[in-house]
Amino acid sequence: MFKILKYGFYDLMRSRWSYVYFFFYLALGFVLLFLNNDLSKAVITLMNVIIVLVPLIGTIFGVMYFYNSKEFTELLLAQPLKRTSIFLGQYLGVAGSLTLSFILGLGIPFVIYGLFESEAIYNFSLLLMTGAFLTLIFTALAFNIALNNENKIKGFGYAVLLWLFLAVIYDGLFLLSLVVFEEYPLDRFSLIATMFNPIDLSRILILLKLDISALLGYTGAVFKKFFGTNFGFLVSFSVLVLWSLIPIGLLARKARKKDF
Amino acid sequence: MIDIQNLHKKFGNNQVLAGLDLDISEGGIFAILGPNGSGKTTLIKSILGMVVPNKGNILVQGQNVKNHWEYRQQINYLPQIANFPGNLSVKELIRMIKDLRQKPSEENTLLDLFGLRTFLDKKLVTLSGGTKQKVNIVLTFMFDSPLLILDEPTTGLDPASLIRLKTLINEEKKKGKTILITSHIMQFVEEMADEIVYLLEGKIYFKGNIEQLKSKTQQTDFERAIAAISEENV
Repeated sequence: MFKILKYGFYDLMRSRWSYVYFFFYLALGFVLLFLNNDLSKAVITLMNVIIVLVPLIGTIFGVMYFYNSKEFTELLLAQPLKRTSIFLGQYLGVAGSLTLSFILGLGIPFVIYGLFESEAIYNFSLLLMTGAFLTLIFTALAFNIALNNENKIKGFGYAVLLWLFLAVIYDGLFLLSLVVFEEYPLDRFSLIATMFNPIDLSRILILLKLDISALLGYTGAVFKKFFGTNFGFLVSFSVLVLWSLIPIGLLARKARKKDF
Repeated sequence: MIDIQNLHKKFGNNQVLAGLDLDISEGGIFAILGPNGSGKTTLIKSILGMVVPNKGNILVQGQNVKNHWEYRQQINYLPQIANFPGNLSVKELIRMIKDLRQKPSEENTLLDLFGLRTFLDKKLVTLSGGTKQKVNIVLTFMFDSPLLILDEPTTGLDPASLIRLKTLINEEKKKGKTILITSHIMQFVEEMADEIVYLLEGKIYFKGNIEQLKSKTQQTDFERAIAAISEENV
């Protein structure tokens, strides 16, 4: 598996897109720091960008890579290699290189600006961690979609729809349900509903750490009570891990059965 | 060498293999023939484990191939269409395959034989179809494995390279290897094959040598004999 990871990773590191992604975050980091002149504020602005953009890039990149490396996959399948290691290796190659571009691209400007002397380092680390998780999750989801759809156009369509649903529509439905059922106690429902969307979960995790949960009103208080504790943090962290592991498991299962 | 029992494969509603039984003994050249869509490639891909059959067993050297991959160390496979990852160079591709298989290889004599030295640093996307096929052949023949599977090996080759390929195949045969070939070039098949396996509607319609085929179809010419089978079953 590590050999395939290595080749996939090298392949991507040589492709233009990893650099585009890297330089984009590099530029974003510098611009935000320059405009805000304040680490904490820059972190908040970054969060808003990351929460939407990282999943989108993970999804698009994952689908694109999978379809583009069809030949490579077929070449590997005829070699004495285990099927699951072929696909997991490819997945980790993509997710790994995306995560690396993301962490380096954002990390460098912040380190230069003096992150290590600042208190924002914890918030910033949390931001990078959730970003890394979102990359792992959405790349895995994208690989699943691509593996289940021979048709590229359909695969792309579903992938974009998935992103749109989790990044935008889910929130709309969530709010709508809060309005419709406002007469009922909703704190537990909102907590659970949040867990089912990795983007929401990441957003709330960061917002709570940044201590601007007052914006969230009553539900925010409930959330703070839950997420603010070590237990809450541990639960949300485990949910993010589950969100990564389940699609990877599905990927491995599908990979064993598919015809090429 | 290869023992296939009651193999079934369906793609959607399309029953490609329908209870195929085949026994390939060790050593010699076996040509797998059949009209378009008769399941030749599906059969080959099932042996390689790229296609997962719905039913039936495939044993390669006595080992069931289902959920196994180690047996592929014994197989060299030449795919039908040489599609390689485009942004690798020929040299890198060869190095990668060597690294993945961890077997001694003799790519240098083959590279010389097909005059590929000048292409070593070229990216695979920039190569012509015929050159790609030569790279494909080098990758297939550079390892010493008891079973060779060649899917349309002659595609895109110029006459000189075709002669080299034939010599190469005959050398491997002399070493006692088992070679499976699919081809639509009947002249090539007639020249090379020891035995013909004719697939029709997902089953083995005929298995035997060329003489047997001629007498079965009452034809004196091999190409006509093959055509006669196809027409018989229209």
